[in-house]
Amino acid sequence: MKRVYVNEEWCLGCHLCEYYCAFQNSGESDMVKAFGRDEKPVSRIRVEDVDGEDGIHFAVSCRHCDDPQCVKGCITGALSIKDGVISVNEDKCIGCCTCVLSCPYGAIVIDEGKAIKKCDLCVKNGNGEPACVANCPNRAIVFEERG
Amino acid sequence: MPINYIYPKYDVVRDSTRCIKCGACMRQCANEVHSYDDELDVMKSDSMDCVDCQRCVSICPTRALKIIPAENRLRPNGSWSQDDIYEIYRQAEGGGVLLSSMGTPKNYPIYWDKMLINASQVTNPSIDPLREPMETRVFLGKKPGKLEFDRKGKITTKLGPHLELNVPIMFSAMSYGSISKNAHESLARAAEELGTYYNTGEGGLHKDFYKYGKNTIVQVASGRFGVHEEYLNAGSAIEIKMGQGAKPGIGGHLPGAKIREEVSRTRMIPMGADAISPAPHHDIYSIEDLRQLVFSLKEATNYTKPVIVKIAAVHNVAAIASGIARSGADIIAIDGFRGGTGAAPTRTRDNVGIPIELALASVDQRLRDEGIRNDVSIVVGGSIRNSADIVKAVALGADAVYIASAALMALGCHQCHSCHLGKCNWGIATQRPDLVKRLNPEVGYKRLVNLVNAWNYEIKEILGGMGINSIEALKGNRLMLRGVGLADKELEILGIKHAGE
Repeated sequence: MKRVYVNEEWCLGCHLCEYYCAFQNSGESDMVKAFGRDEKPVSRIRVEDVDGEDGIHFAVSCRHCDDPQCVKGCITGALSIKDGVISVNEDKCIGCCTCVLSCPYGAIVIDEGKAIKKCDLCVKNGNGEPACVANCPNRAIVFEERG
Repeated sequence: MPINYIYPKYDVVRDSTRCIKCGACMRQCANEVHSYDDELDVMKSDSMDCVDCQRCVSICPTRALKIIPAENRLRPNGSWSQDDIYEIYRQAEGGGVLLSSMGTPKNYPIYWDKMLINASQVTNPSIDPLREPMETRVFLGKKPGKLEFDRKGKITTKLGPHLELNVPIMFSAMSYGSISKNAHESLARAAEELGTYYNTGEGGLHKDFYKYGKNTIVQVASGRFGVHEEYLNAGSAIEIKMGQGAKPGIGGHLPGAKIREEVSRTRMIPMGADAISPAPHHDIYSIEDLRQLVFSLKEATNYTKPVIVKIAAVHNVAAIASGIARSGADIIAIDGFRGGTGAAPTRTRDNVGIPIELALASVDQRLRDEGIRNDVSIVVGGSIRNSADIVKAVALGADAVYIASAALMALGCHQCHSCHLGKCNWGIATQRPDLVKRLNPEVGYKRLVNLVNAWNYEIKEILGGMGINSIEALKGNRLMLRGVGLADKELEILGIKHAGE
């Protein structure tokens, strides 16, 4: 199955993936408008940075594990896995954050007072390619099949 | 605070109604022009250090940025332009030679734009390259005066070493050191895919790139950096660099800051030490001396590789080229004065040398007059901007062209003329690891391949329009060119008629 992978060697730490992710999931058609509201849209991908000339940057998002701890631990059944893609049913999520604690990658995002947010590979809102992949300026984030 | 004589050249203009404060501009600017004020929650810009490289503009997701010429101006003066005056201020403050990068921005005549190409009408058919075969393959090297065959039709004449190019375009010399490893890798991989050559420049060949040797020209320059037997044998041809169009008559200086571990190992010089290429080769003071080096290199490579001698286009270029053709070199590369550089004294770059179009025409004519044109191939570089320039160069007598500035632009270069500062925001002319990684060779090489393929297709179309089906048949065919707005003397040197004649 195709997954989102980050080639750390090429990640520049520009953080644009976060903004494109948040925008893509905001439902808005204009990025300026999406970020113009008081309540900012939330990104499902997060860039980790160690700054400096020899700095390290890499983006982290859901790995869509074959044996996901988050789904196992979800107390309301809001998280489910279908065709390898783990997604959240926001109507069922009560925001208990058990999944946030159990995710070994720290890839599940808390959206204060709301259902948790996580990457669903843009299957609901994308054009076949996740927004973080399509908009990475250095092709550090790729969407591909790996062994 | 001292008096600040220099006002920034550019204004960074931010449309606050579009800026989403993502901070990408701030993270991507190596000149630290952009910053975020968390107290006021605003993105700010100070254009003092802006070089107008357009990285922030290109990466801004909401197109909130633009860079415009600063409106502040000195009192207008017909004799003293603002640039002239600022250069004086700069030298009065620093006391040094002014440095610049890339090709001269001065408004010299571009002869390519004063020549027009012919096409077939009625009396001779034009050719559609999509439907009929069209040849853009070029062989560079010494051509025999006649060919002899045995009874079976096999060539018995001994042919010298040649370079075979699928496209009449090569990437010209840019050293590893002046440009980044990722830029080199992009060029090497593109050359391999296109079936052409890239050139190491005088910085030696990184061990990771020996595998591209089949598509590599290795350079030997006055500093002899990174030259050893294995290096000479790694490439398909050897280029002796006598001069460079952007800075004829002077050497090179790669600042110690760019000599990090890998550059140091590749160049075989200590880390952090400035790499100074002398102005002349200290063992070459005559054509006879040049001949010795040409044959030393041939000897070292067992006469299997053609030798290129690269010179800058200068006043006596035709006589010099004639000498080079007699020195045993297989290919002459001529670099015009609009050519680029990673660093050159501004005065040299902007005032020394001659236009490549005139140099090419006079060299080709001189070699033909002397009956030695077939002894060498001619490659020209230093200002080739598009496929039409290439067609015109071939019609004036070139066998192939070198491109470098255009190649860098394909990799993202925005001609900010700041290579010598070592902080290239596009990851090209820098050795800073965080900047170098901005050029992903996987992306870069494909862009180079696209560019050259597009040009090659355009060349075929123009050739077809003239009713010519191979680029070899256009070579030196100056009847296919006409001048516009040129004086008699210029037409005479170019060897072309005026439009309407």
